[in-house]
Amino acid sequence: MSEVTFDGAALPTKERTRSYLTEGHTLSSWLFTTDHKRIAILYMAALTFFFFVGGLAAALIRLELFTPEGDLLSADGYNRAFTLHGVIMVWFFLVPSIPVTLGNFLLPLMIGASDVAFPKLNLTSWYIFMAAGLLAVYTILVGGVDTGWTFYTPLSTAFSNSHVVTAAGAVFISGFSTIATSVNFIATIHMLRAPGMTWFRLPLFVWALYTVSIVMVLATPVLAMVLLLVMAERVLGIPFFDAARGGDPLLFQHLFWFYSHPAVYIMILPAFGVISEIVTCFSRRRIFGYSFMVYAMLWITVIGFMVWGHHMFVSGMSIYASLVFSFLSFIIAVPSAIKVFNWTFTLYRGSVAFDSPMLYAIGFIGLFTIGGLTGLFLAAVPVDVHVTDTYFVVAHFHYIMVGGAVSAFYGGLHYWWPKMTGRLYPDGVARFAAILMFFGFAFTFTPMFIMGFLGMPRRYYTYPPEFQIWHVLASSGALLLAVAYLMPMAYLGWSLFRGQRAGDDPWWATGLEWRTTSPPPKENFFAPVRVDNDPYEYHPEDVGPHHEHKEPFRTQGEVG
Amino acid sequence: MSVSPQAMHEALREPWHSLHRQRQGVSFGVWVFLASEVMFFSGVLLLYAMYRILYSDSFATAARESNIWFGTINTAVLLTSSLTMAVASEGARAGLRRLTLWCLLITALLGLTFLVIKGFEYREDITEHLIPGPHFKLPDPTAQIFWALYWLLTGVHAVHVTIIALVALFNFQAWRRLRQLTSPAFEGLALYWHLVDMVWIFLYPLIYLPGRSG
Amino acid sequence: MSGLQQEEPTTASAIWRSTIPVWLVLMALLTATLVLSYIPMGKFNTVSAIGIAVLKALVVALFFMHLKRPDPLLRLTGAAALLWLFFMFSLTLADVLQRLPPTQPGTVTPLEHGSMPSTGQRAF
Repeated sequence: MSEVTFDGAALPTKERTRSYLTEGHTLSSWLFTTDHKRIAILYMAALTFFFFVGGLAAALIRLELFTPEGDLLSADGYNRAFTLHGVIMVWFFLVPSIPVTLGNFLLPLMIGASDVAFPKLNLTSWYIFMAAGLLAVYTILVGGVDTGWTFYTPLSTAFSNSHVVTAAGAVFISGFSTIATSVNFIATIHMLRAPGMTWFRLPLFVWALYTVSIVMVLATPVLAMVLLLVMAERVLGIPFFDAARGGDPLLFQHLFWFYSHPAVYIMILPAFGVISEIVTCFSRRRIFGYSFMVYAMLWITVIGFMVWGHHMFVSGMSIYASLVFSFLSFIIAVPSAIKVFNWTFTLYRGSVAFDSPMLYAIGFIGLFTIGGLTGLFLAAVPVDVHVTDTYFVVAHFHYIMVGGAVSAFYGGLHYWWPKMTGRLYPDGVARFAAILMFFGFAFTFTPMFIMGFLGMPRRYYTYPPEFQIWHVLASSGALLLAVAYLMPMAYLGWSLFRGQRAGDDPWWATGLEWRTTSPPPKENFFAPVRVDNDPYEYHPEDVGPHHEHKEPFRTQGEVG
Repeated sequence: MSVSPQAMHEALREPWHSLHRQRQGVSFGVWVFLASEVMFFSGVLLLYAMYRILYSDSFATAARESNIWFGTINTAVLLTSSLTMAVASEGARAGLRRLTLWCLLITALLGLTFLVIKGFEYREDITEHLIPGPHFKLPDPTAQIFWALYWLLTGVHAVHVTIIALVALFNFQAWRRLRQLTSPAFEGLALYWHLVDMVWIFLYPLIYLPGRSG
Repeated sequence: MSGLQQEEPTTASAIWRSTIPVWLVLMALLTATLVLSYIPMGKFNTVSAIGIAVLKALVVALFFMHLKRPDPLLRLTGAAALLWLFFMFSLTLADVLQRLPPTQPGTVTPLEHGSMPSTGQRAF
C-alpha cells in the first residue's frame, strides 16, 4: 500500500462533496470568479469553440484538395481558408491551449498554493482573450483575410483586399492575454511555492509552465509591435516596409519570425511537461535525468530566440546570416533530443500500463521525434532551399504541433480529467480514440512529406494530377483524425453526467495535485501543505520497480 | 512604519499570506511586465536602427525638422514627473498621506502637460506636412521612413503616458481612503511610470538630436 | 526586498533629500546631451547622445526604480530584457550588414510613378 498522506474518503461528507464546482451556481459566480480552476474551465470552453472553427477550416482545405482542380473554393476563398486555419489554430487554440487550461488549473495545486499570484489579473486575461476572439469571429464573418497566417509584407500592407487590420487586431489583443497569463505564472512559481517545494523538487510540468511563460513574456510583445506596424502602414499609409520608399519588407519577416519561432516553443514546451508527468506515472518510474530535463527546457527557452532566420533562408537574407541561423538551429535540436532520450530511458524497465493518457504520450514521443528530425533536415540550408514552401514543411510542423502538442493536450486532458471533474471516463473507448488518432494522423501527414519533397507547393489549391494520390490519402486520414478528435468530446462529455466518480488519486500518482479531493475545493487543499520529497518517487532510488504489482511509492508532500 | 494593522489587513489579497510578500510579488510581477514592454519597443527600435544605418544622411536631414524646444521641454517634464512619482511611492511606503496625495496629483498633471505639449507639437508637424505620403515636405523618400517611425514611436509612447489616468485614479482612491497607502499598487504603478520615462529618455536623442550639428 | 533591510527614508524631508539630487543629475545630463548635439563631432555625436541616454536610464533604474537595492531577482529580470534585445539586434544586423548591394533596400532606384501612393485604398 502507498504511504497515504491524504485520504479524501475519510473526510466528513459535507467536505467530501464540496468542491470548486459547487461554490455558487449562478452565471455571475462563473463570469466574475477569481478561482483559477473556474477560469481554466472558462478558457476550455472558449478553446473548444476555436478548435472547431480551425478544424472546419482544415476540413474545407482537405475537401478542396481531394481533386486537382479548384472545384470547391475559389482561389481567393482557398487563401482565406488556409489563413483562417492558421490564425485560429495558432493564436486561438495552440498558443493558449495547455497553459491556460491545464496550466491554470494545475499550477497552484502542483506547488501547494491556494491560487495564482494575481487572481483578478487571471480573470482579466480571460476577458481579453474573449474580446480578441470576438474580433476574430467578426473578421471571419465579414469575409476573412487572405494573407496567410504569416501576414507577409508587402501583400498585407499594400495589396491585400481583405480584412487584414481586424485580423491583425484580434491577434494583437490576444497577445495581451498571453502576456498577462505568463506574468501571473512567473510570479506564482517564484513566490507561492509551499514550504519545502524547492526549485529542483518542482514537477516538470511546473518547470515547463515557467519556461513557456518566459518565452511568452519576451516574444509576444514583438509580435504585437510588428502587427501594429502592419496595421499602421495599411491604415495610415506610412512606410515601414514599403520598398518604393526605401523600406525593407524583410525587416517585417525578421520581426515576425522573432516572435513566431519562439511561438512554436510556446506551443511545445507545455506539452513536454505533460508528457513527463504521464510517462513517469504510467511506467511507475522516476524520470530519468531530472536536472537535464530542466536544463534542456531552459536551453530551448534561450536558444529558441536565436534561430528565427531559418524561416527566411530563401527570402533574400544574407548568406552569412543564413549560416549563423542554420548552425544555431542544429544546436537547438540537442535539448529536444535529450528529452526524448530521457523519456525513453524512463520507460525502459518500467512497469508500463497502457491507459489512454499513456497511449497519447507514447504517440507523442514517436511523432515528435519524426517532426523534430525533419526539422533538422530543414535547418540545413541546401535542403531547405529545395523543400521550403512545399508540403514537406507543412508536414514537419504538423507533426510537432498536431502529433506533438495536440496529442499531449489530449493526453493531459485524459490524465487530469478525473481530478478536474471528479469523474472517470470509459477507458476502452478512450484507448480506441487514442490509437485512431495516431493512425489518422499518420495517414494525413506522412504523404505530405513525400509530396512535398516531390515538389507540391503549399498554399496551392490546384495541383498536377500526379499528386492526387497523396492528397487523397491525406484527406482520408484527415477524416479519421476528425473522428478521433470528436470521440473524446463525446465520451468526456458523457462522463460528466454518467461517469463513475473518481477518488482523489485514481492513477496512484505522486504529485501534490492528487493529495486533495477530485474535484478540489475552492481553496485547493484542506490543510497547509508541506513538501518533503523529490517528484516522481515511484520507487526507491537504487531499485527499479517490479513488474507484478504496484510498488509502494512516496508522495511528494504532506497535507496537514 | 506608521500604519495600522487594520490598514495592512485591508491591503492584503488572496492568495498571499503576508503583505510584505504581496508587495514583493507585485514588484516582481511588474518588473516582468516591464521586460515585456522593453521587448515591445525593441521591435520598432530595431527598424529605426536598421534604417538609420542604411540611410544615415536622410535621417539626419529628416530629424532636423523636429522641434527641439517641444522635445527638450517634454523630456524635462517627464523626468520631473518621475521624481514626483518616486516620491509618491516612497511616501506611500512610509505612510505619509499628504506627501503621497500631492505628489501623485503633480505626477498626473505633469503627464497631462506632456500630452498637451505633444498635442501642440503634432499640430505643428501636420501643418508642416511632416506626414509621410504624397504631400510630404522633404523630397527624399527615405526621409519619410524617419517620420513614419516618429509618428509611430511617439504615438505608442503617448498611449503609454495615458496611464496617468490610473495615477489619477489611485490618487482619488487614496484620498477617499478606498485604497490603503500600504497597497502595493503605488510601487507597481511607479515602476511602470519610470519605464514610460525611460522609453522617452531613449526616444529623445533618436528623434530630436540627430543632424543638429550638421 | 531580499531580506537585507535597507534604511528606508521615513520622513518627507528624507525622501526629498534622497530623490532631488537624482533629479538634478538627470537635468544636468539632459542639458549636456542637448549642448553636445550642436557640436559637430561626426560619429561621436550619435555615441554621446545614446551614451548619455543610457546613463540617464541607468540613473532612473538604480535610484528611482530601486535597483540599487541588492535584489538579485529584479536585477536579473532587467538584465534578461537587455540580453534579449541583444539577440534581436545582433542577429538582424548579421543579415542587414551582410547583404549584397543589389538586395539592399534603397540601392535600386524605384521607377518613377509620380505621386501615386504605393498603399492602396481597400477594406480594413
